[in-house]
Amino acid sequence: MSFDIFLQYFLSGITVGSIYAVVAIGFNIIYNTTGIINFAQGEFVILGALFAITFTRTGFIPLPLAILFAVLITTGIGAAIEIVFIKWIKNPSVLRLIIITIGISIISRETAHHIWGEQVMQMPYFTGTSTSSVIILGASIAPQVLWVLGISGIIVIVLQLFFKFTLTGKAMRACAANRTAARLCGINAKMMVTLSFMISAAIGALAGCITSPITQTQYDMGSPLAIKGFVVAIVGGLGNSTAAVVGGLLLGLIESFSIIFIPNAFKDVAAIIILLVILFFKPSGIFGKKEESALKEF
Amino acid sequence: MDVKRYRPIAVLLIIIVFIQLICTFTGTEFFLTQIIMAAYFSLVILGLCLLMGHAGQISLGHAGFFAIGGYTSATLTTINLIDIADSGVAGFLKGAGILFLRKDIYGEEILSFSPWVAFIAALVVTILIAFLIGIPVLRLKGHYLAMATLGFGMIITTIVRGTRIFGEADGISSVPAFDLLPVLRVTGKSIYRIENYYIAWFIVIIALIISLNLINSRVGRALRAIHGSEEAARAIGIDTARYKLYTFVLSAVFAAAGGVFLTHYNGGIGPSQSSVMKSVRYVAIVAVGGMDNIWGCLFMGILLNFLTLRGFFGTLEEVVFGGILIVFMLFFPRGILKPGMITSFRNAIRKCGLKLFRMRGKSKQNAA
Amino acid sequence: MKCKNVIIAGFIILTLLCAATVFGMGNKEKDTIKVGAILSVTGGGAFLGGPEAKTLEMLVEEINNTGGVDGRKIEVIIKDSQGSTENAISFAKQLIEEEKVLAIIGPSTSGESINIKSICEEGQTILLSCAAAEDIVNPVASYIFKTPQKDSYAAMKIFETMNKMGITDIGIVVGNTGFGKGGKAQLEKYAPDYGINIKIAEVYEASATDLTSVLTKLNNAGIQAVVNWSIVPAQSIIPKNMKQLGMSQPLFQSHGFGNIKYVEAAGEAAEGIIFPCGRLLVADVLPSNHPQKAVLVKYKNDYESKFKEDASTFGGHAYDALMILIDVIKKVKSTDKAKVREAIENLKNFVGTGGVFNFSASDHNGLAIDSFEMLTVKNGKFMLLY
Repeated sequence: MSFDIFLQYFLSGITVGSIYAVVAIGFNIIYNTTGIINFAQGEFVILGALFAITFTRTGFIPLPLAILFAVLITTGIGAAIEIVFIKWIKNPSVLRLIIITIGISIISRETAHHIWGEQVMQMPYFTGTSTSSVIILGASIAPQVLWVLGISGIIVIVLQLFFKFTLTGKAMRACAANRTAARLCGINAKMMVTLSFMISAAIGALAGCITSPITQTQYDMGSPLAIKGFVVAIVGGLGNSTAAVVGGLLLGLIESFSIIFIPNAFKDVAAIIILLVILFFKPSGIFGKKEESALKEF
Repeated sequence: MDVKRYRPIAVLLIIIVFIQLICTFTGTEFFLTQIIMAAYFSLVILGLCLLMGHAGQISLGHAGFFAIGGYTSATLTTINLIDIADSGVAGFLKGAGILFLRKDIYGEEILSFSPWVAFIAALVVTILIAFLIGIPVLRLKGHYLAMATLGFGMIITTIVRGTRIFGEADGISSVPAFDLLPVLRVTGKSIYRIENYYIAWFIVIIALIISLNLINSRVGRALRAIHGSEEAARAIGIDTARYKLYTFVLSAVFAAAGGVFLTHYNGGIGPSQSSVMKSVRYVAIVAVGGMDNIWGCLFMGILLNFLTLRGFFGTLEEVVFGGILIVFMLFFPRGILKPGMITSFRNAIRKCGLKLFRMRGKSKQNAA
Repeated sequence: MKCKNVIIAGFIILTLLCAATVFGMGNKEKDTIKVGAILSVTGGGAFLGGPEAKTLEMLVEEINNTGGVDGRKIEVIIKDSQGSTENAISFAKQLIEEEKVLAIIGPSTSGESINIKSICEEGQTILLSCAAAEDIVNPVASYIFKTPQKDSYAAMKIFETMNKMGITDIGIVVGNTGFGKGGKAQLEKYAPDYGINIKIAEVYEASATDLTSVLTKLNNAGIQAVVNWSIVPAQSIIPKNMKQLGMSQPLFQSHGFGNIKYVEAAGEAAEGIIFPCGRLLVADVLPSNHPQKAVLVKYKNDYESKFKEDASTFGGHAYDALMILIDVIKKVKSTDKAKVREAIENLKNFVGTGGVFNFSASDHNGLAIDSFEMLTVKNGKFMLLY
């Protein structure tokens, strides 16, 4: 296999991987403060994209503003979901919360179906059109992928800074480490959970907007994306945004290179088996800490 | 032997017969079709109830086991070996009852494995795969276990959708009836509906008896200890890994059996049965049924699947299902049917029974 | 506490029984013609079932407002199967045994159709499938019909065009649905007849997000053209990715591309795609003496003005199914299943959206190869290729 073909598979893997990565980041925020996996994360992604598409189609709202509005609205939805369904439950078990998020995911998907219909839609490309590509050493990649990678990188850095250096971020980490202790220190733990839903929803919506030109958007795409994102978040190691990005790119690359050897129809089999083997040897994910994975059980 | 344990089953039997009689008398026997299908689905839910509620292990891959059962059986009973029918081996196998000859609706002759052989093969395959998957997977915990089982489910559904012998996206159709005994067969034909209704419930009740025995045995107590605290259980000498594994395998077998019977009843199986969303649905039903409450799970399993299969809510079906999940988890996190409810129900009936009888007698007199 | 539990349980059982009797006994109007429809209105096949259900609703309203069928109202009971086989099986039994429908329209997907084939045959109820796979009507079962054009004709049309363009080595990609599976089988079956060599065939999933790696594999196989046979929205990713990879080979699509949304999704990259399709998409540019012109323009305008969205060929399949049924009922003046079935089998020269139907005992699809027209995309619109 010549180098440029190898590189092409590599770039294809990066393209798919960047999408998984940016979806997976959203899982970690809520996981960190509540210990639950929010199965409605995929719906945040789709809602964000659908809102942004609706705004751009009006014709007079420019793209960046449309994305901003979409992110804000989805953030509001995230907050509303937390306040209505999660906030007032006393001593919730993890499984109970997860089932609630599954319920929310189903309902928001069907609502989206009723509002936007079953047809496929997409955002315009941020730069260029559907035919343009960037050539790197004889292999090509869509410019949108660079946008996705760049924005994922920025999200990860901003999150790191936020959790390390701001008071709110530190408070959220404190809640993750020990909720009771955090409350004793005067941190409003419930507020932090609401905040984590808002941040997750915002990241999800942004992910939806930036990946929509590549993946296209349809009301029921959320669940498959969420499943891949979940897999990636776990294999990377829960609670760690950098790990999510690495996990996402890894899955993308495995899927892409496996096509060389096996039919495309079975690439999921190869990818999942490799990820499962990784998990068997590192039961708490590539970057996960053992204590952390043991802490949060059902 | 503890007879008391089986009293609820007797009550269940009465309800089953009661429903059948009502349906027959009101000319609404067609309801039984969906009850039969729901009963086979409830096998998966019973198994998952043991695994989640009692052993405390989540599985997001049980639709995979259902599909393994259904697809193994469907493949073996529809594969056409007519070309080698004249060979000595085939003749011998036919004599031994392993192969059997039938005609499809177009009059073409098909020589394939007999459903009993397929059924046993399906269970053996399931047990093997469940052991193979269970040993490494059950070492994981929490979300990591959820992901691993989800991954297993994804593998199965990808294989099913991508393999020609499994019919790819179309699934397998024209699966023959399953002759349990020369006079009893699992088939969807409407003339056999009532006997199929009882066959389905007979199988569910066998699963129930196995489950109840397990829960109230040494194994069940060990499982509860594991659920409470795995470390503590290990400390008092419980072989936690083994018990978890056995429960996992048993629940996989339940799911596979459900798959086999439903496939024969429906006369076919499609890849939607193996999908990850189906697994999530099973888990959700168990949660709504009250997790460790086997009767609650059975009830919700039958009810929700029955309504879905009837298309009761039309295009709102998904919305209603999502709504039920949320409402139950918010307001009835332990399910509607609570443990001890049967007892209280019985006591109440005992109390009210006499009164009711008298009232009914009176109203009948009035009517007359 | 105990009392409450008993009341809850009692209430549930009571409700169920009431529901059972109400729904079992309920509305049995003798004079309406009952037709069932099993469509994937939600779920994986929503882009098929959605337009189909809307079309049926529209037609029923229109027919009943204009006096019904010979004075009898028509009622279509739409069941949403969500694209899953077991639901379709359950609904088929329900429609046949309880609702005692004259005929069932749908299912939208091939897998469901094939699985309820024998149920309808045994229940002696007409099935007018809206799915494409050849297996639905081959082998022929007496009560089973289908309205979409045959896959094999689409494959032949594509190969004919390739012969004209001098293409011999091709690669195919298909979606992992029943439509893709059926198409792949037909392409592989007929390629040798046209001297076409399929060098590579790949399947992609409906939830695919990017397909550059598959296309790289195809490109490396040394092909002169790509055939993409798919019905899922992910098929629009193929043209985009081909252009991004700098692949200059012509792209052929199947009749599953017959939805302008897919062109919009692919944007500029859709330019020059060649595909066989029914004439619905080019109704406006058909010559006015074309036999289908009137039917197509009427359906298209009605649908688009009522639902404010572009008509797709999928809705047309449901249109054909219902209109064939009504036409036949009018002819035989009866709703006897056997008579209606026989009449459909003998129906000739019925003009529908899919083409001109000529059924026979051995052909339960009734469409000829000329029901397809080769189309292409120009300036974001569907155009006739020649």
